This record gives sequence, structure tokens and C-alpha cells, in this order.
Amino acid sequence: MQLSREDLLRAYRQMRTIREFEERVHLEFSAGGIPGFVHLYAGEEASGVGVCLDLTDRDVIASTHRGHGHCIAKGCDVKAMMGEIFGKRDGLCGGKGGSMHIADISKGMLGANGIVGGGPPLVCGAALTAKTLKTGGIAIAFCGDGASNQGTTAESMNLATVWKLPAIFVVEDNGYAESTASSWSVGGDALKRAEGFGMPGVRVDGFDFFAVHAAAREAIARARAGEGPSLLHVQLSRYYGHFEGDAMTYRGTDEVARLRAERDCLALFRRKVTEAGLLDAPALDAIDRASAALIEEAVAEAKSAAYPTEADLVTDVYAAY
Amino acid sequence: MGDITALVMPKFGLAMLEGKVAAWLKAEGEQVSAGEEVAEIETSKITAALESPAAGTLRRIVAPAGETLPVGALIGLLTDAATPEAEIDAFVAAAQERFAEAMASRVSEVAPEPTRLDTPLGTINVLEAGPADAAAVVLVHGFGGGLDNFLFLQPALAGRYRTLALDLPGHGGSTKTLPGTSPEAMAGAIGALLDARGLERAHLVGHSLGGAIATAFAAAHPGRSASLTLISPAGMGEEINTGYITAFLAARRPKALTAALETLFADPSLVSREMVDAILRFRRLDGVEAALSALAAANFAEGRQKIALRATLAGLSLPLAVIWGREDRVIPAAQAEGLAPPERLHLLDHVGHMAHLEQSAEVARVIGEIAG
Amino acid sequence: MSRKSFRQAINEALRQEMERDPTVVLMGEDVAGGMGAAGEQDAWGGPLGVTKGLLQHFGRERILDTPITESGFIGAAAGAAVTGLRPVAELMFVDFMGVCFDQIFNQAAKFKYMFGGKAKTPMVIRTMYGAGFRAASQHSQCLYPIFTHIPGLKVVIPSSPYEAKGLLIQSIRDDDPVIFFEHKVMYDLEEEVPDEPYAIPFGEANFVREGDDVTIVAFGRMVGFAAQAADAVAKAGISCTVIDPRTASPLDLGSILESVRETGRLVVVDEASPRCNLATDISAAVAEQAFEALKAPIRMVSPPHAPVPFSPALEDLYVPSVARIEAAVRATMSAGARRAA
Repeated sequence: MQLSREDLLRAYRQMRTIREFEERVHLEFSAGGIPGFVHLYAGEEASGVGVCLDLTDRDVIASTHRGHGHCIAKGCDVKAMMGEIFGKRDGLCGGKGGSMHIADISKGMLGANGIVGGGPPLVCGAALTAKTLKTGGIAIAFCGDGASNQGTTAESMNLATVWKLPAIFVVEDNGYAESTASSWSVGGDALKRAEGFGMPGVRVDGFDFFAVHAAAREAIARARAGEGPSLLHVQLSRYYGHFEGDAMTYRGTDEVARLRAERDCLALFRRKVTEAGLLDAPALDAIDRASAALIEEAVAEAKSAAYPTEADLVTDVYAAY
Repeated sequence: MGDITALVMPKFGLAMLEGKVAAWLKAEGEQVSAGEEVAEIETSKITAALESPAAGTLRRIVAPAGETLPVGALIGLLTDAATPEAEIDAFVAAAQERFAEAMASRVSEVAPEPTRLDTPLGTINVLEAGPADAAAVVLVHGFGGGLDNFLFLQPALAGRYRTLALDLPGHGGSTKTLPGTSPEAMAGAIGALLDARGLERAHLVGHSLGGAIATAFAAAHPGRSASLTLISPAGMGEEINTGYITAFLAARRPKALTAALETLFADPSLVSREMVDAILRFRRLDGVEAALSALAAANFAEGRQKIALRATLAGLSLPLAVIWGREDRVIPAAQAEGLAPPERLHLLDHVGHMAHLEQSAEVARVIGEIAG
Repeated sequence: MSRKSFRQAINEALRQEMERDPTVVLMGEDVAGGMGAAGEQDAWGGPLGVTKGLLQHFGRERILDTPITESGFIGAAAGAAVTGLRPVAELMFVDFMGVCFDQIFNQAAKFKYMFGGKAKTPMVIRTMYGAGFRAASQHSQCLYPIFTHIPGLKVVIPSSPYEAKGLLIQSIRDDDPVIFFEHKVMYDLEEEVPDEPYAIPFGEANFVREGDDVTIVAFGRMVGFAAQAADAVAKAGISCTVIDPRTASPLDLGSILESVRETGRLVVVDEASPRCNLATDISAAVAEQAFEALKAPIRMVSPPHAPVPFSPALEDLYVPSVARIEAAVRATMSAGARRAA
């Protein structure tokens, strides 16, 4: 554990912001204020933040349909994200993308993705750019246990090895692909797939920010050194359904309650840093309050913001047509 | 046996290997007098009329309109009305057989190719023809043109002179980087060409903007300029039809460019589809659009010329001739007045802005007069 | 200027753009060939030799052979494009779109819109299409209508070597994803092609012939067929305009409408399967916007609604022929005459 106080505060702030963001989106969605499909990342914060903490804007990630956490971890503007989710003109994507397509290329955030398994090939391309232009950057594909069964993920892992790309594949195994358990849908040992494609693979406790960060740091160093791709198999869980509106009848009755009580990544982080004397409770409490206030503001601003107009309907289809 | 005159695919210009019968202007059975136009021939550069070499009756059209044949191939024949069909058939068969034999033994004919010279100004593309030890004649085209503009004039001069037709910078196969947009700056290309070919002196022939450029060169390098022949030169008066230049630059469709190019000629049918396509293609080359726009903006604006070389020309002491088509719809022929002594001023009837394409023989004769 | 084949024109465009712009990279299956093998490098230069010789100019860092992994490398092209390269990916046969289409139409095509205009995706997918190669049902389709259907994609269908070079250069310089269709039967076709680089703008139709009686619109290989048909009917006094739109998306509908308003008759020739193809699309647009100008029903010349057959005896019947185009032109002329009478 070599993180500075600033890094620790940053990590906690990002995790807390994601949590506040997602809990609030859950409420706002239930209240009917948010259109469309929303997939929440609450419970998985340690993964996104642990992987992205050491990245800079020259590094690129591709996300999934459950992308809000990755966006925040990669530095996307939280208020603009909220505006986007509400479908507003000032949203990060002008209200044209929504929850499933939040992106900010300038931050190296290649987009949430509505297609399961859509991201890994894109990450091979981003890694190729870094390698060809010698930017020193790397690229990371987040995907779920569901996407780990898609051909695109397998093809991308193979291609990344063949081209020796500075790429990392982070499989966030939250136990369910939609309503189907990964224990049933993933054949064989997910970790051994890394070996099969000729890259190192590590199984990581996704509830533990420090475990994720340590594993990611090693994979990032390997990628930056030009030694090729790695796989992180992150085991974690989500607090909400596949999408908002999912009654989660497929889950155990007290499964989520027990997770929240016993395995919450924020609680674990708080306990570890306070017990080790790295951060004190008042500093963390201040972040909690600031995060809550930020999200409150973000929602208020998003609600009062203007919708795009008819003039926006057919712009941004082409650079020139 | 009656006299039979063969009509064959003519050779217009150095590069022509084949041509298409675009249209017959006479029907079978019609009387034709010597020198009368009997057919329109379309080449890869231009459409031009085939003039009858003799008088007679057009008894047989061998190549109907639309047919493309090599230069020299029989396309029709003239004879008198009394010549029997069988005799005509025999003539056609014999002519075609002879031609086929000639073609078979012809060592795959290659049109002369331009050469790309490396010069301090960049690549200069030049087409040379004529004896290397003869006096040199440099042919300078106008705005948006190219060395192809001299496809009739150059062969007419190449028997007597070492002719060099160049693409100006920004044009054809030459560099698309301009040495500048003024005639004086562009004249650098003439010097670069002469230097690259080790020529000290040359007779200069300039058309339109190329006339202004040649004039500027002669003024800057009197010792290198043996004579000057100007064809509808720019810079000799204020008025110019900038509508033509605007239409030329704006045209995207062949039809629109055809309409623009027709302004250049007294007889608009000279504009061929191939000429139009060649210009559309030339304009797409990297750098051409920027170069042409810069040249147009620097030299022409809303109906007037920004360049004035009349006084410069008056100050030159070298053999000078001026040729202008009376039907020039780009730069009015009235500007020719007083440019040269009357015997060196040639105003041509039924000619537009392109005398060197429209009456190449007459232009060659004038050049011969002053170049010796 | 010299005579170049369709294949050479494409190779030259790639070479010149790679020389001009160091961010242009080439990727695909066997674009060089021989990767990892003991024998010759650049063994193939693409399955039909189109990219042969580029390896020696640009090396393995920019000429990227891929495993057979269309989703992987087409998606990689999209990801590379949105992060700063200008990749030219070769999808060997367009029929293989089935194993990578998500990366094209859900990813590359939509980045710009989904991301509120804050992305650009300058990628080119070169792909072979078309029947006549005795390559049967999975290697002979046209399929450009499917790409034309997708907003965000540009669809380019060159009809000659000159067109191929200029349109490919434009494709590479373009900031949107472009699908560039190369008819596999046309690679040996030759014509004069300038040695210098030049770009032909998209959405600007080429008037291959200009006539008064009938407008023929055709794409790709069919442009040459349409011109032959126009020349044949010219002998019977029927004068045709032949329009090559060059790009199916964007489509120069303005030029087509302008021409139909001049001629009053339209024949659309399309080598793609007849349902929802470019012929139906253009016919519908003309019927909607220039119905009053039509002197005769619009005619469409397309193959039958069947997969491309293998046997030469069948395939030759399948592909639209010059004779069928001629017949369609004559039919519009006689239909117009009846109506006028």
C-alpha cells in the first residue's frame, strides 16, 4: 500500500460520489424523472476506482452498459453526466446518448456501451493507437461476466496478445448476466481463459479497493512496459437489478442486505484507512457531505436544464455529409 | 474506274492515337466540296471537324457515328455518283486490309510523353517536340489551362523549332506550389524551364494569363527572350469576363463546365466531353483548387484585371506579334489596339479566346514570321 | 498519367495517403501475408494482391496483418479511429460483415451522435463485393444497401480505376466511417489514372453520359454496363444520361432529380438483391419528388431475389446484363410513347 493521502482521499471521494450518484439515480428513476434504461453500479465502486486511479487522460477505457461508475472514475464531469441521464441538452453528450452511451473522449472515456461485449475490440484499437503513436498510454476494457462469454471478448484477448498491445481486460463478475448466474453461464474457469490467450490473469476481490488497485497497478505497469495484455477477474456484486425495474426475484431474499452489511466496499475502505491511521473519520465524513451536496446540485441542475430541440435532431450524425 | 478519295481518321496533335466519329455532317449521297466539313471527330482532347480533302459525293460511310478507330483508319469515301457499288466494296476491302497490315507492323506507337523536370521552383512538366538544335520556342498557357492547349500548335511548329510546352506551376503535371501569384513571380517558371534545359534564349508564345507571364519574363530577361507572340493576352486592358473564371472554378457537373468552356471558343462545338473530363480531373489534383483560386483572386476581380502590363510591353524592344480572336468572349479583342505595329497585329475572324486551338495554322504562320 | 488497373489505383491511393499521413495504418487478414511463416513475407498482399508491396514501404508497424478475427480487428479499427489513427481495415469479402457488423453499425457509425458530436471516427473499411467470380452465395453479395441504411456510415462504390483512386483518397481523409466497396471482377480493368494524389468529393454524382431521353442510374460495376447499354441504344436514336452517384451515402439525389426532370424517364441498375436496394430507394425518392416529370414508369434492373448461385450457367443469368439494361431503356421509351399517344 503505497498510496499518498491525496490519492486515498481521491479514491474515497470517487467511490462515494459514484455511490451517491447511483443511489440518487435509483430514487429519481423510481420517481419517473429519468427516461429509458438505467443500469446501476452501486456496490462495485472499488473496481472502477481501483483500476482507474493511476490512469491519466492519455489512457483510454471502454465501459459497459453499467457505466456510470467507470465514467466518474475516469474523470467525467458528474453534473454533465446527470444532465445526460435526464436527457438534457447540456448533458455530457447533448442528451443524444443517455445512460448507456455516456462518453468523454477528451478524458479517455470511450463510452459506456449498450452492446454486451462491444467494448473489448475498441480497446484493442485504442491500445493500437497508443502503441503506434507511442503516446505511452494504455487501454482498458471493462466487461461483465456476461460479456466474457461473447466472441468479441475472446477475439480481442487473442488479438491483444498477437499484436502485443498495451491492453488490460477487466472482467467485473458480479455474479449475474441479467438474471442468469455466472456460475451457470461461464463454462470452465474464467481465469484460465487468460492463460489460454497467453496473458497473465489475476483473480481479485472486488469489494477491496486495495486489492483491485494493487492488481491493476501491476497490469498497468506491464502494459506500459510493452509486455502485452493482462486479465483481471474481479469478483464483486451489484446492489440493484440488471436494470432499474428489475425486481431481482432471482436473487436470495437477504442477499443484497447481507452484502450491504458485510461486504460494502466503502465501509471496508473506511475501516482499513482509519484502522491504519491513514485517514481520519472527519476527513471521510467531509467527503461524504461534499459528495451528497454535489449530487444534490447535479440533480437540481439537471432537472431544471433545457431539453434538446428539433434543431439538434439531425446534427452530429456526420463530421460532414 | 472513277476516282475514289478515302476519308481516314485524322491525326489532331502529337498525342492522338485514335479518334471517335462524333457525328457525320453529311449523309451518304450528299455532295461535298473540297475543304468542307464532313464529320466531327472527337479525340481525347477536343472535338474538331474533318475537312474533306477533295470534292465528290459521300458515297459510303464506313465508320458510323459513335465508332472509335485508330488514326489512319478508313471512315468513309468520296467518289462520283457513277462509281458502281462493287468497285466501292472492293476499295473498302483493300483499304482495310492494307490498314490492318500497317497496324500489325506498327511498333506499338506511343504518344510523346511530357517530362517532369526538377527545378528550384519544384517539378515543371514539359512536353518537347522538334529538333534539339533548332531555335527554342516556349509555349505558355493561360489560367486553368495546360500544355495540352498547344496540341495543334506545337506539331505545327515542331518541324522548324525546338518547342517546349510547359505546365505552369499550379497546373497539370507541374508543382502545385506557386512561386507567387503575380505574372512576374509566375514568370520564374519560364526561367526555371530554360535553365533546366540549358537554354539561354527562346522565342516566347503566351496565351491569356500566360501572355502576361511571358511579357513579364521578357521584361525581366530581355536577353533570354528572342521574340514574343501574345495570344489574347491578359494585362493589356481592364476589362475581362470574370464570369467565365467564376463559372470555370465553380462547375462541378460536366454540363456546367461545358457551358463555361464554350465561352472560350467562337465555335462552341469544339468543346468535347473528354476535354471537360480532363479539366474536371485536373481540378481535383491535390493543391490545384488552392492554386487556381489564389491565381484568380490575385489577378482578376469582378469584371476587371488587376494586372497592367501595357506599359511594360511598350517598353520592350524585341520582335512582337499579337493575335486576337475577334469573337473573344473572355478578354475583348478591342484591347489589341495599339499593342503592336499594324502588320504585327492579327485579329482573326471566327476565332474566340483560343486562337492556338481554333486556327493553329495561322498562329504558327505568325510565329514563323517573327521568329524567323 | 499512365494506364493503371483498378488494383493499382487502389494500391497507389493507399501508398500516397500513408506517405502523406503517418496516422494512416492498414489492417486485415493477409494484407501482407506470410506473417509468422517461414517463407516469403508480403506473400499475398491481400487475397487478390491489392495491397502487395506496401509492407516494404511502411513495415509491420503500419501494415498490420491480423488473425482471422473480423469482430476483433474491425472493432479495433473503430477504437483506433476514435483515439487518433486513420485506420484502413480490409474486410476481405463484404459477406463477412455477418461476423463483425456490431462493431460497424452499433459502434463506429454511432460514436459521433451518441457522444453528442464530441468524437470523430475516421476509419475506412475496404471490402470486396459482387458476383461474377464463381464464388457462390457467401462470397458474391453486394450488401451495400444494408450499410446505406445506417446513419453515420458513408458508402462508396467506385466504378473505375480513376474513380477508385480519388474516392479512396477522399475516404481516408474523411472524418467519418466509410465503407469502400471494391468489385472483385473489376481489379484488372485499366484506364488512365493520374500519378498525383487527388480526391473526388462524396455526394457528387458523375455524369458518365449526358443525353435527353432516359436517365440511367447505376453503381459500381453496373456503371460500365449502363454506359455500354446507352451507347447501344444511341444507335437506335435513344439518347441516355448515365449517372454514377459514386456514393450511396451521401447520395446526390439532386443530380438524379435534375436529370429526370430533363429526360422524364428513369432506369435504375443495381447489382444488389432487389428488395430494399439502391434501385428501390432511388425509385421511391424520384417517384415522391419528381412524379410530375415522369413520362413513363420507372424501371429497375436488379438480380432476382435469390442468393448468388455458383454454377457459371446460373450466375451469368443472375447478374444484370447490358442487354437487360437496354431492354429496360427501350421499355421506358415505348411506355412513354404509348402514354403520349
